[in-house]
Amino acid sequence: MAESPFKEDIERVQKEYSEKMTLGAVAVIPGSSVVNKTGSWRVFMPEFNKDKCVRCFLCYIYCPEPAIYLDEENYPVFDYDYCKGCGICANECPTKAIVMVRETK
Amino acid sequence: MSGYEPIRKVISGNYAAAYAARDARVQVVAAYPITPQTSIIEKIAEFIANGEADIQYVPVESEHSAMAACIGASATGARAFTATSAQGLALMHEMLHWASGARLPIVMVDVNRAMAPPWSVWDDQTDSLAQRDTGWMQFYAENNQEVYDGVLMAFKVAEQVNLPAMVVESAFILSHTYDVVEMIPQKLVDEFLPPREPLYDLADFSRPFSVGALGTPDDYYEFRYKIARAMEDAVKVIRDVGKEFGERFGRDYGSMIELYRTEDADFVFLGLGSLMGTVKQAVDVLREEGYRVGAAKVRWFRPFPKRELYELAKTVDGIAVLDRNYSFGMEGILFTETKAALYGTDAHPLVRNYIVGLGGRDFTVKDIRNVASDMMKAMEGGETSEEILWYHLKRG
Amino acid sequence: MEVPDEIKKRLTLPFEEHFYAGHTACQGCGASLGLRYVLKAYGRKTIVVIPACCSTIIAGAWPYSTLDANLFHTAFETTGAVISGVEAALKARGIKVKGEDGVMVVGWAGDGGTADIGLQALSGFIERGHDAVYIMYDNEAYMNTGIQRSSSTPYGAWTTNTPGGKRHFLERRHKKKVIDIVIAHRIPYAATASDAYPEDFLRKLKKAQKTPGPSFIQLFAPCPTGWRSPTDKSIELARLAVQTAYFPLFEYENGRYRINMPSTKKDPKPIEEFLKLQGRFKYMTKEDVETLQSWVLAEWERLKKLAEVFG
Ligand SMILES: Cc1ncc(C[n+]2csc(CCOP(=O)(O)OP(=O)(O)O)c2C)c(N)n1
Ligand code: SF4
Ligand code: SF4
Ligand code: SF4
Ligand SMILES: [Mg+2]
Repeated sequence: MAESPFKEDIERVQKEYSEKMTLGAVAVIPGSSVVNKTGSWRVFMPEFNKDKCVRCFLCYIYCPEPAIYLDEENYPVFDYDYCKGCGICANECPTKAIVMVRETK
Repeated sequence: MSGYEPIRKVISGNYAAAYAARDARVQVVAAYPITPQTSIIEKIAEFIANGEADIQYVPVESEHSAMAACIGASATGARAFTATSAQGLALMHEMLHWASGARLPIVMVDVNRAMAPPWSVWDDQTDSLAQRDTGWMQFYAENNQEVYDGVLMAFKVAEQVNLPAMVVESAFILSHTYDVVEMIPQKLVDEFLPPREPLYDLADFSRPFSVGALGTPDDYYEFRYKIARAMEDAVKVIRDVGKEFGERFGRDYGSMIELYRTEDADFVFLGLGSLMGTVKQAVDVLREEGYRVGAAKVRWFRPFPKRELYELAKTVDGIAVLDRNYSFGMEGILFTETKAALYGTDAHPLVRNYIVGLGGRDFTVKDIRNVASDMMKAMEGGETSEEILWYHLKRG
Repeated sequence: MEVPDEIKKRLTLPFEEHFYAGHTACQGCGASLGLRYVLKAYGRKTIVVIPACCSTIIAGAWPYSTLDANLFHTAFETTGAVISGVEAALKARGIKVKGEDGVMVVGWAGDGGTADIGLQALSGFIERGHDAVYIMYDNEAYMNTGIQRSSSTPYGAWTTNTPGGKRHFLERRHKKKVIDIVIAHRIPYAATASDAYPEDFLRKLKKAQKTPGPSFIQLFAPCPTGWRSPTDKSIELARLAVQTAYFPLFEYENGRYRINMPSTKKDPKPIEEFLKLQGRFKYMTKEDVETLQSWVLAEWERLKKLAEVFG
């Protein structure tokens, strides 16, 4: 899951930071890295074929971002806001349910 | 002044430091042995062994790690203490910056010792003064009593401004010389120095945070400014705490420069630490001989007492700066600071530099008399030697 | 999100995430994946200490943080000392450290920060017996400063200060077995682990948590940028490193060695299978490969013997 539990605070605190610097370079929003939409780095994107998926979770486990979470039916969901397109998920998927295709955006 | 009953003991400067650390209820001590600091940490170990103090003692493998461990401990909310000298302090250098940058009120005793080579274990201020720009406050003790008092005050000041502080004493002259020290009963120390309230605490998981992350050019500058401001704010805190110390315990440290017989002085000796004990004696002698001289002891070198120095400089015609230290390629370090602090003001005393006592060379009342006569000559516009005088130099 | 039972059963790692996306590691970075696993294992009640290394950047520039755990950044060579100080402070304050419900103090440092400049502080930390876990993520070079060799860089590797060239100036020393130095301290628990085997890694993290005293884990963490390898091959490479016995998985616990699955399964694959996917090895001659291969096998035999004698 790529969502900070404090997402609603981020905007407010961002504003606070610019007005009032914390002492000792203390950063007080855990998981606030989510403000960086690293999906823009992507050259290839993982394309998911649900029919082939056996729900083994390997893609979820090995994603270094993590940019894969699971939906109610336990299928992987790709968060393209953060997926950098490394291709690990496609390489590790045992059923080739994920293929990397050139980004079209 | 409260009529409390002090605990009088004849102890060394190093023991005074250890007792003060104990009375400050330090929680973590991480230290590495070096002459002449060793008896500080030995004494602390003894307190632990005897059940006199409840301290986590980390016998680290270097001074670099001593400071790093103190940093970890302080960031985890503990009151942390260490002590070192010369080579050990130089080895810590990187982490001194870390302590101030992370805004950790660690207190350290540095026993001034000359830097090698050649090897020397004797008194010299260059080790601590070379750490001038690390963001540490620096207090120089004249005697064993001031070592004890200094450590207690350093904790209080440091924890208020969130910057680390160094208490400096002289090798052997204080560290290993016995003198009466009036210690303060624990209950009264506790009232003066309550438990620390940290700026942040790594053991608080209610809202995870990070400390010391990458600061881009967009942010770094402001963090430095914050430290600069804290140092400036420390001036008032130091004076207030020093005054409070006086009210509670009878020894006033309300001023950052201690003045001795300067009222009608033509010139004053300006210097740091134990050296100034001898200077005060000499001032008495010189006064009897008709010289109108005084002594000004810089207690706090960082933050530098610019204002107090200016007030003093306005009232005298000369300042003889005694430096038991040297910055190669320039001059004595206190000399530089003194001139810089007075630059652009309307105080224009004659300021001269005497390099004395490096590497523990004796500097006596007789020597001070010689400096006084050189100073008088200079002030009368007479023929004098160069502005920076290597006083002891064996010539030829 | 409610985790369905079916998933709970099949998903062998904790679902909980304390490492967030948006960090700035390169694509396919094994270090970031490793840190994600560590936080899955230990959760929020963790104090992470990170020295200068790629993870400094991965953890986020101020005022952001990738971690949902307390994090203290420190100087390059100080991880062992800082975790010692953190642990001492927790004890001084009467806070429980390690064990099931204790605070986890974790040092997370690179191979350079561990095997080279931080070795002394690491030794001090282990020798003094602090209750903390030191994890060395091994990407086999100084990546943060632009891929210079470390003592953990393997024989024959190209790095920016072993650039090959006309004079064939490649890394000429074998990878330092830093874990042997760690074990020489008779540490209560030490292990190797790999990004490719997260279950094994998490089991080891849990064991480190339960074992009183210091623990050390050396995690093999591929770096596509420094290894000149395709970004999608990071896990495959981590797996091949184990399968070729280049980086065998084993544990050292209370004086006993145990080689772990899958290192126990089959005879090692040829080292070429590991080398050929990485640009950093492309300058190696046939002799270089042979030299590396025989070193790998000799070390593997040595480890097997240790496991036999002290198993
Ligand atoms: C005392 C000191 N020397 C050098 C550096 C520069 N430096 C920062 S990170 C780094 C390399 C880190 O290598 P490693 O520990 O293997 O971590 P990696 O970057 O590979 O993740 C170096 C040399 C430093 N920060 N401090
Ligand atoms: S391509 Fe890489 S970043 Fe994107 S979802 Fe797959 S593993 Fe994650
Ligand atoms: S790795 Fe492939 S089969 Fe397994 S969950 Fe992911 S997409 Fe499905
Ligand atoms: S250089 Fe290597 S270790 Fe560093 S962030 Fe990139 S992939 Fe990760
Ligand atoms: Mg590395």
